[in-house]
Amino acid sequence: MRMSFKRWHKEKMIESTLFAVATATVLILILIFLFLFRDGLGLFDTYSFSTFITGQAWHPTSYNPQYGLVPLFLGSLLVTFGAICISVPLGITSAIYISEIADPRVSEVLKPFVEILAGIPSVVYGFFGLVVLAPYIQLWLDLPTGQVALTGSIMLSIMALPTIISIAEDAISSIPSSLKEGSLAMGATRWQTIYKVVLPASLSGISAAVILGIGRAIGETMTVMMVTGNAAVIPGMPEGIIESVRTMTATIALEMGEVSMGSEHYHALFAVGSVLFLTTFILNLIADRIKNRYKFKLEGS
Amino acid sequence: MSLSSRTNEKLAFTFIGLSMLTVVASVLIILYFIISNGYTALSWEFLTSMPRSRMTEGGIFPAIVGTVLLIVFSMLASLPMGVLAAIYLNEYSKPGRFKWAIEMAINNLAGTPSVVFGLFGLALFVRYFGFGSSVIAASLTLGILVLPVIVRASQEALLSVPMEYRHASLALGVSRWETVRKIVLPTALPGIVTGSILSIGRVAGETAPILFTGAAYFIPQLPSSIFDRFMALPYHLYVLATDGVDIEGTRHIQYGTALVLLLVVLGVNTIAILIRRHYRRKLRLG
Repeated sequence: MRMSFKRWHKEKMIESTLFAVATATVLILILIFLFLFRDGLGLFDTYSFSTFITGQAWHPTSYNPQYGLVPLFLGSLLVTFGAICISVPLGITSAIYISEIADPRVSEVLKPFVEILAGIPSVVYGFFGLVVLAPYIQLWLDLPTGQVALTGSIMLSIMALPTIISIAEDAISSIPSSLKEGSLAMGATRWQTIYKVVLPASLSGISAAVILGIGRAIGETMTVMMVTGNAAVIPGMPEGIIESVRTMTATIALEMGEVSMGSEHYHALFAVGSVLFLTTFILNLIADRIKNRYKFKLEGS
Repeated sequence: MSLSSRTNEKLAFTFIGLSMLTVVASVLIILYFIISNGYTALSWEFLTSMPRSRMTEGGIFPAIVGTVLLIVFSMLASLPMGVLAAIYLNEYSKPGRFKWAIEMAINNLAGTPSVVFGLFGLALFVRYFGFGSSVIAASLTLGILVLPVIVRASQEALLSVPMEYRHASLALGVSRWETVRKIVLPTALPGIVTGSILSIGRVAGETAPILFTGAAYFIPQLPSSIFDRFMALPYHLYVLATDGVDIEGTRHIQYGTALVLLLVVLGVNTIAILIRRHYRRKLRLG
């Protein structure tokens, strides 16, 4: 086909523009890396790296400031672990309900419900946790305060649900119906089919859902900051779940407003942010891997 | 089929149904508390007046204005970028390393914690570019945060355009870009609109990214330029509930603010869901 030079030129220009814009998304990720780590690494000009990683105390404003990551990291871990214990069983069973058990018309109503859950802003969850849930927790468990790790875990579990439900549901509904029909034709009940055929076949998709749910919970900021009491101490196991804890995210959000720009404390908060970013980055990569592998597997069969 | 496998099934389905019920109930409980406590605070005056007496009385007007500004400027930044990136990914790029890298970047951006975007915005826009704590720094930060939402929604929308449309257009001698512009984009538009509306909900509700990029505890006047600091609904709720002058005494204002925020976010989400449903039905019929 003949194309005028001018027109060819215009097409090429547009393609290059689109290419540049698409490249910019990768550039943004690289910039996040660069800027986060540049300001985070600044801490180690004046503070020892090993003390940061293994330090047991986070006392940024004392006369002899200490920036130990351990209490914050364990705080994040504890709250996230609690949240996952609640939201994984709830989320996966809900995904099974929506895609395998419910009448399609019921599913059509339930799906927007899950989307509402995803749409509620984290500060509203935090507000609800603070004024409604925390007082109940305090009353039921007879605690001095309701602002404890458990309250954060419960709120986070609700927030991680939409991520887990929607990805697990995708994985379950992508199972070829021939697999299910084969099982049913052999005389298996619907539950046996779900349990023995559908779940094993969608296992990798479900694990991706769980990992992304963990990423969501570990990175959540406002809710956790509003309901967990924010005491920067190493949480006891297991009694730490009903004590006040401080996560990495909450520490950054609480303290960044009060530091002077470029100070050691400022760099310490960026170092915490870098650890957080690395953690979720690795979780994302793993989830991506798992999802791609299982897509390949299903297509291959 | 043995009796026990039937009982098993019944037990399992009951358990699964109960767990779904728990999820639905938790949505309803949260909505109930916010709505039933918040609606008494709502009034025309609450929405259109400034806070008074150190934010223990009066309305939330500046917070609404701030949130609207954030929505406008973050969309101006990320909507063109997101849609163009999606067009490149779907209509131009070939499978391979480069496409993989872009998609990996977008997935990672989607999974990055919002407070990390806040740190990035502080380091890049506030400090490095010297915008200071401002509407523009916060909007750009939020724009990056919602970029993956827009790219993914646009990609999905472009993917749903039947290949025959493109082939027919190309076969008539229409160039690639003209095909995209005149055939593919108009068909994909509803999906793209849905995605951008959903990202408006995100922008309105996010707090952590604006904490250190421009949100203010209280300012007596509205921002007069994009380099001014601003008040925003989610941050306003946060400070009233945790750092206010009279935390217990201003609960009604807090509930009212939470309800307005919820209405904005759920309102735009509902619109998005309705648009999507409308066009899905149309596509199915067509």
